[in-house]
Parts: sequence; structure tokens; C-alpha cells
Amino acid sequence: MKILVPIKRVIDSNVKVRVKSDGSGVDLANVKMSMNPFCEIAVEEAVRIKERGEASEVVAVSIGGAKAQDTLRTALAMGADRAILVKADDTVEPLGVAKVLKAVVENEKPDLIILGKQAIDDDCNQTGQMLAGLLGVPQGTFASKVELDGDTVKVTREVDGGLETVALTKPAVITTDLRLNEPRYASLPNIMKAKKKPIDETTPGDLGVDIAPRLKVLAVAEPKAREAGIKVDGVTALVDKLKNEAGVL
Amino acid sequence: MAVLLLAEHDNKTLAASTAKALTAARAFGGNVDILVAGEGCRAVADEAAKLEGVGKVLLADAPQLAHRLAEDTTATILPLMANYTVLLAPATTMGKNVLPRVAALLDVGQISDIVEVKSPDTFVRPIYAGNALETVQTSDKIVVATVRTTAFAATGEGGSAAIETVTPADEVTSSSFVGADITESERPELTAARVVISGGRGMASGENFEKLIAPIADRLGAAIGASRAAVDSGYMPNDYQVGQTGKVVAPELYVAVGISGAIQHLAGMKDSKVIVAINKDAEAPIFQVADYGLVGDLFEVLPELNEELKKAGYGD
Ligand SMILES: Cc1cc2nc3c(=O)[nH]c(=O)nc-3n(C[C@H](O)[C@H](O)[C@H](O)COP(=O)(O)OP(=O)(O)OC[C@H]3O[C@@H](n4cnc5c(N)ncnc54)[C@H](O)[C@@H]3O)c2cc1C
Ligand SMILES: Nc1ncnc2c1ncn2[C@@H]1O[C@H](COP(=O)(O)O)[C@@H](O)[C@H]1O
Repeated sequence: MKILVPIKRVIDSNVKVRVKSDGSGVDLANVKMSMNPFCEIAVEEAVRIKERGEASEVVAVSIGGAKAQDTLRTALAMGADRAILVKADDTVEPLGVAKVLKAVVENEKPDLIILGKQAIDDDCNQTGQMLAGLLGVPQGTFASKVELDGDTVKVTREVDGGLETVALTKPAVITTDLRLNEPRYASLPNIMKAKKKPIDETTPGDLGVDIAPRLKVLAVAEPKAREAGIKVDGVTALVDKLKNEAGVL
Repeated sequence: MAVLLLAEHDNKTLAASTAKALTAARAFGGNVDILVAGEGCRAVADEAAKLEGVGKVLLADAPQLAHRLAEDTTATILPLMANYTVLLAPATTMGKNVLPRVAALLDVGQISDIVEVKSPDTFVRPIYAGNALETVQTSDKIVVATVRTTAFAATGEGGSAAIETVTPADEVTSSSFVGADITESERPELTAARVVISGGRGMASGENFEKLIAPIADRLGAAIGASRAAVDSGYMPNDYQVGQTGKVVAPELYVAVGISGAIQHLAGMKDSKVIVAINKDAEAPIFQVADYGLVGDLFEVLPELNEELKKAGYGD
């Protein structure tokens, strides 16, 4: 069984994001970039499935600029076997990413595709669902548990009301939620080993995919900041303020 | 222009998020129809028909739609889209699960979490955990978008739309519902509550939520929320998580207890009307967004707060 894991290089989740003064976007110059946290969870899950002997190969794929190589190396150091970089310098929207991934899936024929539920830069939460739709395969989104059983995979999903479990026939698309696992840190020997693992390069054009954006970004602005509040010196004062000043009690 | 809005419900009652998303749908300026897909959900369609400004309610009632799995729901929506140029759903886990699948099969993009409809092709949405707001214009022939419901007031009642049944698509057999573990609670729903009290890692255990937060929540008719750290530690179930990747809330009053105020948490609550923070660390970032901050040990403050509210006549 083969697992494909699409991963995205994004601004590190600990970086304080700044909007550029000309309103054209956020400032990405000299900021720390990392693998999208939900993608780390996806890589971890795939590697664990392989370590349990339930998969034979884990392939990581990223669509992005040359720097996405670093992110793919991280996936290789975590235990992926090989990687594919689909080079694209401009922003690729989720629909474009899904179309590229569909082409990769048609070449690679994986049994499972595990993505993050959401990229923490665009906060779209779309790509996995789109890919599943384009492939005409079932989807198990926001997964907190994945159990393989022959031709089916049981996915426990984090939904608004609690948890829901679905059974999907493979091939299937899964997207990860926070509680699925705790991703490992790559060890130094594994980082060294990862340097020898292959990364193939291709382009959307080579794959015959049109990734033209559908959206034009007209402006990017800072949200309205909240006014700084006050400190109260005890619960009596707090209840009084909430009742008589804020009027919310 | 014709808008189709996919309703959020549990087969019995229409969720409040639907009436909020309807307000966004009406901002397009065209006719709005509501699709109620489910099983045995006629009562939901009746409720939807009473909302103001609804053209008609489409009712797709079939066993395979009971849980609104993405595969079956998509198959039912797709043929309907011959008649619509806009498809919306509230950005609930249902909306987020279904709509991108539909969009891809219509060969259009999706605009997630819209907070403003500037014109029928131009929208505002948060990115980077709400640290930036982007205005985007789409060139797609059909607009598919999910609606951040905290940004829109609910449309009220006053309509009497006709209910039309539509034929659901054949069952998709590659995916099936196995079971659900739905959190039971007498309290108001987190995203619809007027008051929310959330606890973080500082709560130290699930029992402490029950012992210290629940009595206050009950006095105020509040919903209980949690930070990711509190959910990851197993203090509270996953559906209590407020934040960038959890639920987004904007109550009249949000009380954050033992929560540091990471950007991912702020992303889910900073549009609340009034924010109270209770934290023993005076430097905690949560105080930067709090209208009222109380520096103190929650294990002392919460029992006191409960007593004070009791004295002031809240609850029993
Ligand atoms: C991809 C990603 C997605 C995320 N999504 C979310 C999300 O949706 N929601 C979310 O909440 N987080 C999210 N996070 C996590 C976020 O970054 C923080 O780690 C998390 O919010 C911290 O939770 P916390 O404030 O409860 O814990 P901590 O940061 O550990 O803070 C605990 C606070 O409690 C206070 N405290 C401790 N004891 C007491 C006491 N006795 N009395 C009073 N105060 C006390 C401490 O001073 C401290 O400020 C996400 C992170 C990532 C990387
Ligand atoms: N450029 C990309 N390259 C590879 N995978 C991606 C890319 N963009 C998105 N994904 C995958 O899709 C998931 C959800 O992203 P999004 O739909 O943008 O929120 C991510 O966690 C990745 O697994």
C-alpha cells in the first residue's frame, strides 16, 4: 500500500504576522517558514502506518517554489521514502493545488492520500475535499483517528457536535485534525539519511494542469485592533463593571 | 442572480447558523433558496420556510442524507446548481466538508469564511488566523463560499416560502456513516451563546471545569469553551475548542480563564463584544485584548466569582 502526503511550506505558526504597509499582502521577507502544522500531522500518520507494516511506501509532495525542497527534506527526515516537488513560483489556490495533486495521484496511484485539514496561512480548509471530489473518491476530513481494515479505512472525525466515524473504501482522501497524533522531531541521523533520499521535480505544465488563479486579491488590511482595557482588583469590581459599565450581565 | 444556501441542522431543528448565513446570502441582492438535505427533516424545512426573504425551500429527504456525508450531499447539490450562480453554507464542519467538494466538481474555487459581501463577486475574509483581512474578487462563473456566521446577524422570521421536494441523488456507496459520539449538554450551543466561559491549561483538569466553571456557566446561562491545550490534555472534548482551527465565537461576553492568549486562540474569540481575562500572569497576552483583566489565581477567583454572582441574584 502506498500513501501520498501533500505538504505545504508556510509561515511558522509562532511568527507574528505583519500586513505590508501598501496593503498588497503580508510581509514574508526574512520570516521563519516551516511545514504547515497539519501537514506534519499528516506525515506522522503516514509514517506510523508504514512503521506498523500497513504501508510499503510514503511519498511526500509539495507545490511551491524552490524552498519547498526544505519542507520536503523535513518530511523525508520524519520517515517519508521519497518526494516530489511541483515547482510553481506564484501562489497556487486550493483548486489549482487539487488539480496538480490529481495528476500526481494518477501517476502514483496511492491507496491513501493524507493532507492537513487547513493551511495556517490561507486558512482555506479546501484542498483535500476538492481533491477527493476531482478524483471521485470518498473523504474523511478533520480526522482524529484512522484505522485501516483491508479495503476500507475507518476515520473518526472532529465535528461541531463531537465525533463522527465514517467508513471509506480505498482509495480515499483523509485530512488531519490536531488530535490525530503528535508529530515527531526528526533525529540527526535521520536528517542526514534524508539528504540521500530522492526528490523528483516537475511542473504543473509538465503535468498538463492549468493553475491560473480564480481570485484577485484587491487589498490586504489589518483587522481593527481592540482598545486596551483595564485591570480590576477583584471579583466585586469585576461584577460591578460587567453589570453597570459594560451592561452584559 | 440566484443563491442556494445549504442549511445546517440535525434533522430536527434548524441551526442558528443558517439564519446568519442567510443574511450573507441576501446581501447578494438576488433570490435566495434554502436547501434542507437530510432524513426525516420536514420540520427543519418548515422552520426554514418561515425565515424572512426566502424564495423557496428545497427539501431533499433520504436515508443516505441523514448525516450529510460529503459524497451524498455533493451528489444531491450538483444537479441543482444548473439553476443557481451562488452556493453558500455556514462555515460549520458540515459546510467546510461539503462545499469545497462541490466547488471542485463545478470547476470553481471556494471562498472560505467570508465576513463581508462587498458586491456579488467581491468578499472580505480573514487569513493568517485573523491577523489580516483580504478582499478578493472572483472571476468564477459560479460563486461558492462558506460564511463566518459571527460576522452576520441572524435573519428573523416573517416569511412563508413554499417547500418543494427535490429528488436526492443515488446513494454513494464508497462512504458510509458508522457512528457518532455527540457531546450531550443542557447548555446553549457554543457558537450561539450570549455568554461563553472558556478554560485553558491553567484549569489543570476536567474535574476543575466541572467544579469551578460549570456553576458559573449555569448561573449566567453560558456555554463552556476551551483552549486547544485544554482539549489536547483531555480536560474537555474536541468540540469545545475555540480558535483558528476550532470554533469561532463572538458572544456578548467572553470570559477566558487560565488561557494565555495565543494568536490561534484569539482568532476564535477576539470579535466578542466584551472580553474578561482571569490569569495569574499579569504579562499574559490575553490581557492585551481583554476589556477587563483580573490578575489572580483562578482557584481562588472562580469560587469568589460564583459567590458574588449568587449574591447579585444570578441563578438559584
Ligand atoms: C496549527 C495550530 C492550530 C492551533 N489552533 C488553536 C485553536 O484553535 N485554539 C486554541 O486555543 N489554540 C490553538 N493552538 C494552540 C495555541 O498556539 C496555544 O498553544 C494554546 O492556545 C494555549 O492554550 P492555553 O492558553 O490554555 O495554555 P498556555 O499557553 O499554557 O496558558 C495557560 C495560562 O494559564 C495561566 N494559569 C496557569 N495556572 C493558573 C492559575 N492557577 N490561575 C490563573 N491562571 C493560571 C498561565 O499564566 C497561562 O497564561 C493552535 C496551535 C497550532 C500550532
Ligand atoms: N502548495 C501545496 N502543496 C502541497 N500541499 C498543499 C499545498 N497547499 C495545500 N496543500 C495541502 O492541503 C491542505 C489544506 O490546505 P488549504 O486547503 O489551503 O487550507 C494542506 O495542509 C496540505 O496538505
